[in-house]
Amino acid sequence: MFACIFIPDFSVQAIVRFEPELRTRAVAVLGGRPPLEKVVALNEKARQSGVEIGATKPQLEAWENLELRTRSESQELSAQAALLDCTHSFSPEVENTSPGTALLNLAGLASLLGPLPKIAGDLSQRVSQLGLEANIAVAANPDAALLAARGFSGVTLIPEGRETELLGDLPVDVLLESFSSDADEAARWVETFDRWGIRKVRSLATLPEIPVSERLGQQGIRLQKLARGAARRNLRVWEPQSIFAESVELEYSIVLLEPLAFLLNRMLEQLCARLRDRALAVQELNLELQLATEQVNDCASFDETPTRAFAGQSARKFTRSICLPIPMLDAKVFLKLLQLDLQAHPPGAPIVKIDLSAKPAPPRALQSGLFQPVFPEPEKLELTLARIAGIVGGGRVGSVELLDTHREGAFAMRHFAPVEPAVEERAARRKVKPSENRNKDKEVMAIHENDSACKSGGKFAKNTKINGEEKMSAVIALRLFRPPLMASVTVREAKPVQLRCFEREDVTGEIVWTAGPWRSSGDWAEQEGWSREEWDIAVPSDDEQLALYRLVQDRLTGKWFVEGMYD
Amino acid sequence: MSASAIFSPAAPGRPFIFSPPSSAFSQRSNVAMVTAKSSAKSTKNTAQILAHVGASPRLAAVVPASRLEVHPAPAMVSSGIPQLDSLTGGLARGCLTEICGAASSGRTSILLFALARATERGEVCALVDASDAFDPASAAAAGMEMNRLLWVRCGEKYPSRKPPSSVRKARSGELSGDKNRWFNAEGRRWEAHLVQMLKVTDLLLQSNGFGMIALDLSDVPVASARRIPLASWFRFRRAVEHTSTVLLVLERQPIAGSCSSALIKVATARSHVAGEKLSAISCQPSAHPPMHAELSHTELLDGFEITAELLRSRLGRKPAQSTRASFRSRAAWAG
Repeated sequence: MFACIFIPDFSVQAIVRFEPELRTRAVAVLGGRPPLEKVVALNEKARQSGVEIGATKPQLEAWENLELRTRSESQELSAQAALLDCTHSFSPEVENTSPGTALLNLAGLASLLGPLPKIAGDLSQRVSQLGLEANIAVAANPDAALLAARGFSGVTLIPEGRETELLGDLPVDVLLESFSSDADEAARWVETFDRWGIRKVRSLATLPEIPVSERLGQQGIRLQKLARGAARRNLRVWEPQSIFAESVELEYSIVLLEPLAFLLNRMLEQLCARLRDRALAVQELNLELQLATEQVNDCASFDETPTRAFAGQSARKFTRSICLPIPMLDAKVFLKLLQLDLQAHPPGAPIVKIDLSAKPAPPRALQSGLFQPVFPEPEKLELTLARIAGIVGGGRVGSVELLDTHREGAFAMRHFAPVEPAVEERAARRKVKPSENRNKDKEVMAIHENDSACKSGGKFAKNTKINGEEKMSAVIALRLFRPPLMASVTVREAKPVQLRCFEREDVTGEIVWTAGPWRSSGDWAEQEGWSREEWDIAVPSDDEQLALYRLVQDRLTGKWFVEGMYD
Repeated sequence: MSASAIFSPAAPGRPFIFSPPSSAFSQRSNVAMVTAKSSAKSTKNTAQILAHVGASPRLAAVVPASRLEVHPAPAMVSSGIPQLDSLTGGLARGCLTEICGAASSGRTSILLFALARATERGEVCALVDASDAFDPASAAAAGMEMNRLLWVRCGEKYPSRKPPSSVRKARSGELSGDKNRWFNAEGRRWEAHLVQMLKVTDLLLQSNGFGMIALDLSDVPVASARRIPLASWFRFRRAVEHTSTVLLVLERQPIAGSCSSALIKVATARSHVAGEKLSAISCQPSAHPPMHAELSHTELLDGFEITAELLRSRLGRKPAQSTRASFRSRAAWAG
């Protein structure tokens, strides 16, 4: 058995999908180049109010409550992609018949999904969750299902052998629209059949075959078979794409972030629903906004004061990407991340089009242990990091990576993405072969007995044996001044003896102890070469204690800085 | 003592009947009916109730919760320094711990060591740096696993390269009569940092999952730090309660008041320099030139002795006495 999903007024539904408030109103979609736009699609309410296909924009001004929208091919493509993803979650054999139409093979699905009426009902429900209203028809062959879906609204089931009986009352126009290659050919056939008095599908189906073949040729025989519901063919299987994108073209530009968030929410829900149907999650979100910008009139005369006229609007693009540390599938989290990102980096111009795409990835499958240390939830952590970035700035929160250079204090801020201990253990187990495990364990144990070295690659705190006792000793830390404090230093006998810091009065006084200098330099071939001389000094502080500082002289400029304090 | 009906104003309509211990009825039930009474007799009823409670041996044996023998003790984690652990029992999870001390007293060394040990245990830690003073090289030397430490640098969102105008004026000597204004500007700057610190800490505590959250207020002037409302500390304490997060605050002087569960003061003892005491290098300003040739760098910074004093602890049954422990820190390049 085969099922057909047909979305009537597909161009209208693709637009109304993100504006559900238009469902209860008359909507007409205009196509063509302005100012010669004409109606190319309309919904039932517009049809009932007397609007016709082909009406021009000036003619439509007579209707007061008619909503006009411009046809959007990108929205139609994303609606079609959503429809195909939805059908693919039911059956692996799906045919992308035409925009707004999809066929699927239901063979063998009864044991998985239930009886055919249930499958058809579930299909209808899932399609409505995409924001589309569809006709569903189930029949023994694809073309009969297609004809039934186009002819009957709602869910239709045609048992095998009763195709002629149940499809016979349909107008022959429906048959020709379903299977003609273009509208002009369909119109010719309609005219021909009308002259012959053939207005119903049953009339065509009951004609004798030989006269039909003589008068209408092979095409006529084919149409007769379709009218009888006897045509047999295989589906042209559609290969699922890995592109998940949604697009909305706006009639009026958006200036505020709140209405933008409203639209983004709907787009994200649709994207997540499609990914969920394919058992995938989001690894990266890409947002592309087309912005409206004013344009200087190119046809301005060569006067002294060129006029600035809004002759047209050119669009420029504003893109933002959000890379997630692990694949996620939560529309609310994505919306919050996008909101926080746009608040920190606003577009700066009105928005006329929104394109949102997601890079798919297999979802995370991880079983944590009972005795694992506490770990923040990745979704919550991402939101927290985004909020903190909004408070302190994007580049001032994250993890630190020391750079492989001799330049003092060289580091880079990275996005904070800790790996869960369970994942690390699994990765470590995969790297070590089973036969080497025993010896490796012994080596690790030996290391920990004698020396508690860390694996970070940096210098480490060691257990020291002093006077026969093993003591763990902390490593003295340096607190940096950012930026380094400019200082005035009195030098005597090539050693600093007096320090005065302009920005900090407590970092001023006689230098009671010095050690150094340590000289270093680097990047001589680069433009940012450096050369410095370091001293460790002790200066009395206010509370009669000694404060230890690192004093640095830039040998290229001769200036002195207090770089940090030992604490 | 005979059973009698006592009318409780708190439960109008039914009398409390407290049965004597010897009666079989009292062994089965503790509460009986209460009947309604007018408000004119409420005062008299209250006095009767209190007298009866005091006289009843069973009710007098009820112990208030604050005096229960067994408190659920917080889990303790090692700070990585055995001497400090023996002094305090470690760092308590779900509690706020303060470490205060003067400049170069060893606070930051303790902080980095505690964070390093936490990251080695596989925990995710956060450092809220109010003065942007964190040194990644020192952290790596302490054994920190950098990919597990979240560093939040409070300060200007987009720091300009030019120093503030007040500093430029100070350098050029224009600010001699304008120091009050400069200090006010500095105070406002620190307040902005502290506002960021408070917001970030709230977010981190709400997100959960961190093994240790450290607030570094070491460089914040005491006057500015004391302006943090006590309600904020109370809020942090409530947020971290019943979680497994260690909340550590580094400061110059105690500022969290009774909200902290433990208060540790650190100071440097005079470093032992191979027989040459640091007293020879007097803490008081001296007119004599320092004895550079007699003291080496490693002799001062290697063997840097830190003294920790537990000033207050709410974690033990007995009130904390002032106890001390000493340990040494080493320079990263030594050994």
